Amino acid sequence: MSEKAWEPRIVGFFCNWCTYTAADLAGVSRMKYAPNVRVIRLMCSGRVDPQFVLDAFARGADGVLIGGCHPGDCHYAEGNYKMLRRYHLLRRMLGDMGIEPERLRLEWISAAEGDKVKSVINDMVAKIKALGPLGLPVRFQTWDGELAADGHAGREEVRHG
Amino acid sequence: MRQSMSEPVRIGFYICHCGTNIAGVVDVDRVAKYVATLPNVVVSRNYKYMCSDPGQELIQQDIRENQLNRIVVAACSPLLHERTFRNATAKAGINPFCFQMVNIREHDAWVHTDKEEATTKAIALARAAIRRVPHHKPLEVKQVAVQPGVLVVGGGIAGIHAALTLADGGQKVYLVERDLTIGGHMARFDKTFPTLDCAACILTPKMSQVRAHPNITLWSYSEVVKVDGYVGNYRVTVKRKPRYIVEDLCTGCQECVEACVYRQPKFPDEFNVGLGLRKPVFLPFPQAVPAIVSIDPGTCRVFTHPNGCKQPCVTACGDRKAIDFSQKEELVEVTVGAVIVSTGFQIFDAKRVPYYGYGVYPNVYNALEVERLVNASGPTNGELVMRNGKRPKTVGIIHCVGSRDENTNRWCSRVCCLYSLKLAHLIKERTEAEVWNFYIDMRTPGKLMEEFYNRISGEGVHLVRGKVGDVYPDPADPEGQRLVLQAEDTLLGRVLKFPVDMVVLSIGLEPAADAQQVRRTLNMSCGSEGFFLERHPKLAPVSTCNDGIYLAGCCQGPKDIPDTVAQAGAAAAEAYALVTRGYVEQEPNTAYVVEEDCSGCKSCVPLCPYNAISFVEDKKKAAINEALCKGCGTCVASCPSGSIVQNLFEDQEIFSEIEGVLANE
Amino acid sequence: MAKPKVAFYWCASCGGCEEAVVDLAEDILGVVELVDIGFWPCAMDFKKADVEALPDQGIVATLLNGAIRTSEQEEMARLLRRKSQFLIAYGSCACTGGIPALANQFTREALFQFVFQDGPTNVNEAGTRPQPESIDDGHALKLPVIHEVVRSLDQVVDVDYYLPGCPPTPKLTKAAVAALVAGNLPPKGSTLAPDVALCDECPRKASKPTDLGFVEFKRPHQMLIDPQTCLLAQGIVCMGPATRGGCEALCIGGNMPCTGCFGATSRVRDQGAKILSSLAANVAPREDREIAQVLGGIPDPVGTFYRYGLAKSLLRKRVPKAE
Repeated sequence: MSEKAWEPRIVGFFCNWCTYTAADLAGVSRMKYAPNVRVIRLMCSGRVDPQFVLDAFARGADGVLIGGCHPGDCHYAEGNYKMLRRYHLLRRMLGDMGIEPERLRLEWISAAEGDKVKSVINDMVAKIKALGPLGLPVRFQTWDGELAADGHAGREEVRHG
Repeated sequence: MRQSMSEPVRIGFYICHCGTNIAGVVDVDRVAKYVATLPNVVVSRNYKYMCSDPGQELIQQDIRENQLNRIVVAACSPLLHERTFRNATAKAGINPFCFQMVNIREHDAWVHTDKEEATTKAIALARAAIRRVPHHKPLEVKQVAVQPGVLVVGGGIAGIHAALTLADGGQKVYLVERDLTIGGHMARFDKTFPTLDCAACILTPKMSQVRAHPNITLWSYSEVVKVDGYVGNYRVTVKRKPRYIVEDLCTGCQECVEACVYRQPKFPDEFNVGLGLRKPVFLPFPQAVPAIVSIDPGTCRVFTHPNGCKQPCVTACGDRKAIDFSQKEELVEVTVGAVIVSTGFQIFDAKRVPYYGYGVYPNVYNALEVERLVNASGPTNGELVMRNGKRPKTVGIIHCVGSRDENTNRWCSRVCCLYSLKLAHLIKERTEAEVWNFYIDMRTPGKLMEEFYNRISGEGVHLVRGKVGDVYPDPADPEGQRLVLQAEDTLLGRVLKFPVDMVVLSIGLEPAADAQQVRRTLNMSCGSEGFFLERHPKLAPVSTCNDGIYLAGCCQGPKDIPDTVAQAGAAAAEAYALVTRGYVEQEPNTAYVVEEDCSGCKSCVPLCPYNAISFVEDKKKAAINEALCKGCGTCVASCPSGSIVQNLFEDQEIFSEIEGVLANE
Repeated sequence: MAKPKVAFYWCASCGGCEEAVVDLAEDILGVVELVDIGFWPCAMDFKKADVEALPDQGIVATLLNGAIRTSEQEEMARLLRRKSQFLIAYGSCACTGGIPALANQFTREALFQFVFQDGPTNVNEAGTRPQPESIDDGHALKLPVIHEVVRSLDQVVDVDYYLPGCPPTPKLTKAAVAALVAGNLPPKGSTLAPDVALCDECPRKASKPTDLGFVEFKRPHQMLIDPQTCLLAQGIVCMGPATRGGCEALCIGGNMPCTGCFGATSRVRDQGAKILSSLAANVAPREDREIAQVLGGIPDPVGTFYRYGLAKSLLRKRVPKAE
């Protein structure tokens, strides 16, 4: 694998009713798009915990794409607005942490917009390619190289409680 | 809620070829071999059709023989077959929610071409499910009672047919119609293709049945304003607009119409699309249902004149006392188990194609107007005379106005070719005029339709393959009445100019003006063109993504009367099956507050759109009413101390998926 | 028989945790009756060699405070780990990085540049920087190396228990020591503080409405804070809902919001992400511009949400700009 050119890895969090269904529609319509997005299905974009976004970056995602229903169209009435608000603050915080805010993207894609799934994914992959790898796991590893050889650090979770 | 996870996790993994749909792009063998190396995986197989009986049997046999307690199937979308495989696992004695599906068809094989990339993606998605599924817990499906009764929204032919079908089956039906009468567009048509039987002759008996049916409550001149609840328990609020007539007291005698201070009809008549006139008090058309009059406050002197009116109508009504000028808008509520949406379409506004001159040249008509002009009960009693009082000697019919057009609507409205042929026939029959039909393609699929086309073309109607580019007054006509149609005959390869007396625009069908509003009220989706979206174009054509809400007729997409009626029957059958079964199974993806973990910070309480979360004062903690929770998980994501859990979408399950899709091979 | 030995050690921290031990007041005498203090450089004269001389696991428990940001601290952490049966991360810095870990918003180079050169009070024309090894007047001098990353204790060595707080309260410290002496310890890896968020014990809990929608965020210096009402209800960012209880709402008692020093509950992986999620979701407006305006009232989300936890946050450290 190592000799292959770098390809961005993007984690998608798609709501069940709109964006996930739209991605199904893109499939049924045999649209072709970049294979870089791995979709995790949630019932609503409101379920996207900012921890998921940060965890995805920490585990090696170069981008995170959140897909929800258009404003006013949420299957659960308001979940997408809650995500929208989190998105505002989260992007700002990512910027403060040196992560380009463009690596996190929120898109409203209705169940009928299979073509939008395609265009958004292709566009995002192109943009992330231009940004280059984020590669947090590699950075963590490099940082931890400053510890003595039997270093205990790393990404193992030492869970409290 | 929490089960002991003491027994070791034993996963069975199955990857489906789906014929060549998946296996043609994804190296299923490699995926299966890879997954076999992952922790907890006991069995890893690939098989041609996992959803087939032998495929399901394979899973069940493995469960029995290898003591599997978790199943992962990589195949199509979970929205398609999750239920199939849950049932299969349940049959072998495992809890159906110890199952996870991986979408490698719609999200992978069908959208990628590079085999290596598609296989890598399939592996990542499979790995995510393998990591997720050990965290799955057995859950129980809850059964929720379904209330009897079905709401039908829209009383065109689709709604009428669905309502009658359900009512005949013994179901209570509430039929809500926005207009003063049911009947919809079909009531305005003259003859219907391909049989040329009269629309009224086949429709009005059904309308009368609706009126007479003991199981149908008809609310005309009413609109659904709010729908709460969920499948099986929809609480519907209907706004009944005032018609200033007490429905139960009006006998439809129309003596009030006779008595009105306006001796002659003076105002544009909506039923006749403005081609005829009516009084302020009127019956929309003779066979209207309900057969009662209405008063239009926009034109009635009681409302419009400061000095009011002598109200001879009230005198004429006499002891029947059916007229009530103080009538107010009223809200009624009803609970039903299912809803059928049959809100129909609107016709394309031909003014949007300005070069056809609709609304500019009086002799340019849209097709619906012509339906009324050739109709025996229409404003001209079936005489085809134009606004200038003359009969046309030459008529041009332009197809595809507002259909198959980049500048307006891209879709084919399906009915226009056929109704254009029908109108050509009717015009010719009534006036002996020469009729030219200008078409892009002649589309006449369906039973007896091609035969109909052959019949009409044999009758001497001129068919010109070409799109009309311009309509303008004939400079050679001193009276300025005649119009010239300019079109390229693409078969002859020549630009032709046709002088005609009358132009008929075969307008397309569009989503109704308030389709978006209806969609939101009922929590449905729309396709990009704005018609309501069915759950699956082939396998669930009358269902929507909202359980218990079904579609019938042109609100789902343009279609002719036979297809509309067939779809209405299907929607009625689906609703009937739901309501008579008496219960629905609810996906157990609800959230719950872990009481000992909750700090009572109240952050979650205002986030729930269903008011399912309350702050329990004596415990000082939040609690979720499971019956009201719909499982969006917004409160879970927002709980600052991680004290709310969503079944099927627990934090740990999602973190495992993230880990799985990103792990390095 | 000799009494069991305990040790206290101080890494990257302000010293407040040492004060907290002293704050045990006469109770410390009770502790000393039961245990010998085998190492406490802050208060008593011990040398590293004294620890090295002990057998491995010769100390029953070490309470180590402070984050790990130098090679010396790392070395001492490893030494004490080896010599201790139980290593307890004492205080926010040892548990989650604490205030020192806010340095993870900068590169080491940027910090040095400011601290030794650009800082407005610096006079350092030669641009001198501390060197790990230098010769001064013929003597070879050694200084610890400052790490690029500030770490929590468990990012360097294995930790048995966590006692959070900036500093931990005497009550929790006593309870921990008592449990230790009695051998009545929870499972390894536990945090020795309640696993319920602070609101549970907040005296202002009842004053928080159930229909809060934020229309404005304010910082404490921008307003007169009502001493009775929930701070969030007054538009002040309070980390209480996302922070373990156990401090008995000390800051709230001082009419200041919780800033999160006890860290997240065991169910949360990233304290900042969680409070962000909760606060943002409850912002009232729906339009982008208005949402941004309301959230603009939180000008420094990293400093606000990760004041004590940046080292242990999911992102750990600011990604430096590409070279």
